[in-house]
Amino acid sequence: MFAGKIRYTLATMTHFVLRRLLLSIPILFGITLITFAIVHLTPGGFTAVQMEMNPTVSPDSIARLRELYGLDRPWPEQYAHWVGRLAQLDFGRSFVDQRPVLDKIADRLPATLLLSGLSMLAIFLLAIPLGVFSAMHPNTRTDHSITIITFIGYSIPTFWLALLCMLFFGVVLNWLPISGLRSVNHEFLGPMGKLWDYTSHLILPVFISAFGGVASISRYTRGNMLEVVRQDYIRTALAKGLPPQRVYYVHALRNAMLPILTILGLSLPGLIGGSFIFETIFAWPGMGRLAYESALSFDYPTIMGIAVIGAILTLLGNLLADLLYAWADPRIRL
Amino acid sequence: MKRIALFTVCLSLLFPIACARKTAQDSVPDLSKNYPSAYGDTLVQGTIADPAILNPVLASDSASHEVTGLVFNGLLRYDKDLNLEGELAERWDVSADGKVITFHLRKNITFHDGQPLTAQDVQFTLETYLNPNVKTAYRSNYTSIAKSQALDDYTFRVWYKEPFSPALQSLAGMAILPKHLLGGKDINTADDFNQHPIGSGPYIFKSWKRTESVTLEANPNYFEGRPCIQRLVYRVIPDMSVQFLEMQNGALDTMTLTPNQFNREGSQKAFLNRFNKYRYSSPQYTYLGFNLKNPIFQDVRVRKAMALAINRQALVDSVLEGLGTIGTGPYTPTSWAYPADAKPLPYDPEAAKQLLKEAGFTYSPAGKLMKDGKPFTFTILTNQGNLNREQTATIIQSQLKAIGMDVQIRIIAWTSLLSEFINKRKFDALIMGWSLGVDPDLYDIWHSTKIGEFEFNVVSYANPKVDQLLIEGRKTFDPKKRIAIYRQVHQLIAADLPYVFLYVPDSLVAMHRRVLNIKPEKAGIGYNFIKWFVPKEFQKYPEQVQ
Repeated sequence: MFAGKIRYTLATMTHFVLRRLLLSIPILFGITLITFAIVHLTPGGFTAVQMEMNPTVSPDSIARLRELYGLDRPWPEQYAHWVGRLAQLDFGRSFVDQRPVLDKIADRLPATLLLSGLSMLAIFLLAIPLGVFSAMHPNTRTDHSITIITFIGYSIPTFWLALLCMLFFGVVLNWLPISGLRSVNHEFLGPMGKLWDYTSHLILPVFISAFGGVASISRYTRGNMLEVVRQDYIRTALAKGLPPQRVYYVHALRNAMLPILTILGLSLPGLIGGSFIFETIFAWPGMGRLAYESALSFDYPTIMGIAVIGAILTLLGNLLADLLYAWADPRIRL
Repeated sequence: MKRIALFTVCLSLLFPIACARKTAQDSVPDLSKNYPSAYGDTLVQGTIADPAILNPVLASDSASHEVTGLVFNGLLRYDKDLNLEGELAERWDVSADGKVITFHLRKNITFHDGQPLTAQDVQFTLETYLNPNVKTAYRSNYTSIAKSQALDDYTFRVWYKEPFSPALQSLAGMAILPKHLLGGKDINTADDFNQHPIGSGPYIFKSWKRTESVTLEANPNYFEGRPCIQRLVYRVIPDMSVQFLEMQNGALDTMTLTPNQFNREGSQKAFLNRFNKYRYSSPQYTYLGFNLKNPIFQDVRVRKAMALAINRQALVDSVLEGLGTIGTGPYTPTSWAYPADAKPLPYDPEAAKQLLKEAGFTYSPAGKLMKDGKPFTFTILTNQGNLNREQTATIIQSQLKAIGMDVQIRIIAWTSLLSEFINKRKFDALIMGWSLGVDPDLYDIWHSTKIGEFEFNVVSYANPKVDQLLIEGRKTFDPKKRIAIYRQVHQLIAADLPYVFLYVPDSLVAMHRRVLNIKPEKAGIGYNFIKWFVPKEFQKYPEQVQ
């Protein structure tokens, strides 16, 4: 009987996932159509950015280039063409450097994932204990201090904090490199040297990006925790003599963590999205800069490639959040 | 309020420490001594943008051209005084009618893969530019060529439909590609070559970490001798203030400075102990251009009044922090067409008012400039993201207000400004700039036929005398005659004032002091790059010399 129930759950789960995936297709279609329309209706265009008003590039050359890129045709026709190629998984080549769009994205993904993965890890490792601690000692001086410090982190403009830390740790103390992913003499270093080279370049960006993210997660944790400890079953557990540590950190925390799972799922697109300002300051070769630079240079194939991948990850992230939630909380299954 | 207070606390905590500690002191050569030239060391240069594509035919961004400029050679180049000299061509002759140009190539030149460079490669490169399927922005530089041919391995000849002296500049700028690597391929998608270029230039392409750095290495077989500096690394750091921190940290050896960095942080002793600063005039200028189709600007007295009322020295002093010169006309001081005696109009708002009264304007009791009962008002457009131009617009607005003009400013994103306003000629006045080539041919910017959409005579300037001189200048090869022609062009346009020529900014560069033999000339500092060196005892990256 028990096995039958699991099979039943699995079947409904599969059904649920399939239905969601199928539903995603029209949504994805809509997203790309709207994105395509917006970028093509924006005044200007690829050739305007570097070639127009450049006396070494004549109008004939520009007209010829527009023809070669298909920009002289109406945008719905260009969209149909783009969808046709996408159906064969061809994202096209970037206007700016003639490289396949997927190569360009693949270049940037590792650095972005490394940084956002580590900073996400740092955020959770810092924020959850802080949130629990605050909830255990609500409205004490420590609680207020934690609140103030995390909110300072949330409010400080990242670029400003980054410049200040670069000045202090990079120029004044000369302990850490200032920006970039690795040093210029990276390939001349030994294996340990390379590892330290990467690590030292990661310290400032991970710390600074985590500093800004701790506030929200620790507030969520604190709020959930406070709500859960007021529940009857916690009182029961305490009343029957379980040690409070066990009650709070095992029984209460597990339930308080449920909404955090949703946040984790929803942050999936953010993991690959990167942040333009942050990456610019740290000269970090990430996705945020790629997206921003291709938008500025009207590099339609790259913009669309990033939009498609972003949309797919957002949809998958939502699905994952739902699944995680269902897995962790039996009440919402079915 | 609390937040601001906290910032201040943080700042005041950090800054005393910042000032108290000293940064690591690099050892630098004593400039009063003579050091023997030496090979080796690495120069790390900061750049704000990653190159897009390392193929000079396909690239349209300056970061790419900066790298390919060292990897490839042209037939000719400009020397330190901006005169043409042979590069791959040891000499060249122009036929008496100016229609046939013959290049005699050096015989000892090889590509980085060891293959010889011959006239076949030159012919191939030209065909590549002219191929309608190649995604190049420069095709029309070569469309006035009737025919071209490699007469033998070391002689290359082009026939022009008309005598065309700027041809030498466009042919000089043609970076010669290896036929044996690209022949028969679609160059647009030749990813191997476009990301790993092989040329004949002083530096060999070594590696490219996308959006991080490009590394070049000295070509030991370069026909002018092995460059002294062994490795050159371009590091992409998009933020100028971070670049400056990287300089101070020791991770960059050279960067372009902003005027503010040049004057303030760059003037501190700790900085000057480690870096030299270089400043030289650059071939570009910023202007206020009037739409001459608009009736309110058609009277030259009105334009002259505005030129008199704008204090251009004040613009140089505030916008460029003094690091530039006042524009006097369509050529900038480093051009050989620039008349040595060119003088800008003085700043004289009283004369401006007088001139406007002569032109039939009156002043309302409130001090507003009026004509036929209507106030004189117009809008200046400029592009977003260029702080210098935005500041310039604001200063001009207040200076023209002093002579009663009501000026509005609109700041518009670059691409919208081009497609919606400039290309459609829907504007009153513009603040824009031009970066000029070395050849003084300005036909595209000033000839009265170049007023179509996308063409460069955006203000619709027309002066038959200038038209005639511009055509004559294109047909004349003798530099002396050309100088005479273009100096007249300069004076005529300066007198017609289709633009108020505002200012010519200086190029500002900081360079680590261990690098010697840098001599700023008209051409800037890069012309003798292969002769720059670091004395052996001061080399910073000695372990990386092969």
